Amino acid sequence: MYFYTYDGSFEGLLTVVFEAWERKAWPTTIEQEQIAQPGIFGETIAVVTDEVKAQRVWKGLEKKLSVTAQKQLYHTYLWEQPGFELTIFNYSKLAFESAESIEGNYTAPCVLQVQQAAKQVHREKHRMEAFVRFQKTTDGLYYAHIEPDFNVLPLILSHFTKRYADQRWAIYDIRRRYGAYYDLHTTQFITLDAAPRKGIGVLPESAVMEEEHSYKQLWQVYFDHVNIPERKNPKLHLRHIPKRYWKYLSEKQPRLLRA
Amino acid sequence: MQVLPTFKALKQNKVPRMNEKITEKLKILADAAKYDVSCSSSGGKRKNENKGLGNAEGMGICHSYTEDGRCVSLLKILLTNYCIFDCAYCVTRKSNDIKRAAFTVQEVVDLTINFYRRNYIEGLFLSSGIFSNADYTMERLVRIAKKLRQEEKFNGYIHLKTIPGASEELIKEAGLYADRLSVNIELPSEQSLVKLAPEKNYSEILLPMDNIKQQLIQTKEEQKLFKSAPAFAPAGQSTQLIVGASAENDQQILQLSSDLYKNYSLKRVYYSGYVPVSADNRLPIITEPPIIRENRIYQADWLMRFYGFDVKEILDEHNPHLDLDIDPKLSWALRNRHFFPVELNTADYEMILRVPGIGVKSAKKIVSARRFATLTYEHLKQMGVVMKRAKYFITCNHKSLQPYDFDSKRIRNKILFGDGALRSPLLTQQLDLFRQVG
Ligand code: SF4
Repeated sequence: MYFYTYDGSFEGLLTVVFEAWERKAWPTTIEQEQIAQPGIFGETIAVVTDEVKAQRVWKGLEKKLSVTAQKQLYHTYLWEQPGFELTIFNYSKLAFESAESIEGNYTAPCVLQVQQAAKQVHREKHRMEAFVRFQKTTDGLYYAHIEPDFNVLPLILSHFTKRYADQRWAIYDIRRRYGAYYDLHTTQFITLDAAPRKGIGVLPESAVMEEEHSYKQLWQVYFDHVNIPERKNPKLHLRHIPKRYWKYLSEKQPRLLRA
Repeated sequence: MQVLPTFKALKQNKVPRMNEKITEKLKILADAAKYDVSCSSSGGKRKNENKGLGNAEGMGICHSYTEDGRCVSLLKILLTNYCIFDCAYCVTRKSNDIKRAAFTVQEVVDLTINFYRRNYIEGLFLSSGIFSNADYTMERLVRIAKKLRQEEKFNGYIHLKTIPGASEELIKEAGLYADRLSVNIELPSEQSLVKLAPEKNYSEILLPMDNIKQQLIQTKEEQKLFKSAPAFAPAGQSTQLIVGASAENDQQILQLSSDLYKNYSLKRVYYSGYVPVSADNRLPIITEPPIIRENRIYQADWLMRFYGFDVKEILDEHNPHLDLDIDPKLSWALRNRHFFPVELNTADYEMILRVPGIGVKSAKKIVSARRFATLTYEHLKQMGVVMKRAKYFITCNHKSLQPYDFDSKRIRNKILFGDGALRSPLLTQQLDLFRQVG
């Protein structure tokens, strides 16, 4: 039994694939070093991330996988759910060992898992692209924070960069404590010294523009009036916007204006 | 709960007065526009190439959902709800005693831009009552779109509804700025139109539709020759039919849609279950919108567009109404038992698509996975193929999950009421509404 640990990065995980392959010592578990429990029976192998080895594995995968499948594999990494490392490992192993493409082989558990993980991540990405609500701050920055179920910030950047090419914006993941900032030229990852507090969906009063309230209020008015009461269907409504997303949505906050 | 003090302070003194006017207009003009059910922002091809605002490539996005479960993608408003016409089914009709309002061009532009910048919307869906005359109104709609594109460098989605009777030139110009144009037919037959919208007539509705179609074809040709040829409504045209305000049966409605898809290459036909907004005596007396019927029509529409069904397979003279209790694919399968069971390991993709309960995604997965191994029920389960309805119509590796060969009526009952407790099928369906509609 071999217990692998790594630093939590994607490169680190690819390095694990490399090392395991070198030793032909197939992992029983792969875990991040900070959270790994040392096993009593068997050997623990602490893998040090190595860019070159990681590159070689990725190059190898590129030869075996279509661009879609490469993306899916990366999405499985961002999925972050228990066991994702082993799924990625098994998938890579199967890909390397098969003469033919393994894509679409949903009879193999790891292929199915990658497909399902990627689907969930994709869905969360799509939701974040939809549910992010910017607030304009006094210095003209459009700011939003998110706490997505999966680590989708890297995936939504290009969408927002293309869309808001003429406005400065920032999106901050308060769960994972990092964000992205677009300065009218490029989009970069950032961390904040004084990270915004969790659970508070709005910026302090002093930090947002006066007009911010007007538009938020107008949006709420719009939301209330586009509804057709005769067709009310709360179950369907909730299926589309589960409650956990409401914190993002200005139309789901207390009304600024009475109807 | 730091939100609260803020909220309070705001209510007392911070809401600017000027805003009240806009708020009032927004209430009236969103209210008046909401019965147009289309809110799609898909099919756009407009990229942000001018470093301006917005991008409308690719899939549409629903930024929110109304409490009735419909997608909120666009700022959907009327420019004005003053109207010189008196269509019986419409809240905005001249004879209706309601508050009237009108936005200015600039107000619509500001709302669109500011909502868009905050990621509330994908763009604008603008329609209008007929103020003064058709061209006068259409000209203003076009001016708004033009201003958004040229002055604000706005690349988000714009859907303009054409005003009945507007000139060809204006519609042509509208197509230069809009991603989608729509001409609403509303009533599914000429007779109903005469009765309920006496100022309108079919040829006047179909003419602009045909013009738009010709223009779309011509633009495509031009773009083959010159890449830089100006775009014309790149997301195509759509229309809406009202269901339940007039006497047409489902067969007539779907036959009309089928013709529209074929002859006018429409992207979408939307169906709007008539919401009783009017006590006009030209209308049938109903108390609730026909939501389930509307949903069945949407499902049938999907069968025509994505599942390779011809309208004649779904309904005919003997069966002019869709079954409200079960979906139209199941209904078809129960009438056509001789096609089943389908062996999933060998059947054509097209036939697998026709199995009740198997959608496009599952069908694709099945066809893909069976190249690697002979499929078993265990595989199907893992792939997420839902068996509830499918099990009566398939074999997998020549095995059936059904010990007996039930007749169609038994299958129908088993699917509706389950093997155990009695449930109300209508209630269950109510929850499933619009699962496929988007
Ligand atoms: S022309 Fe349009 S807005 Fe006017 S009454 Fe008829 S449907 Fe309503």
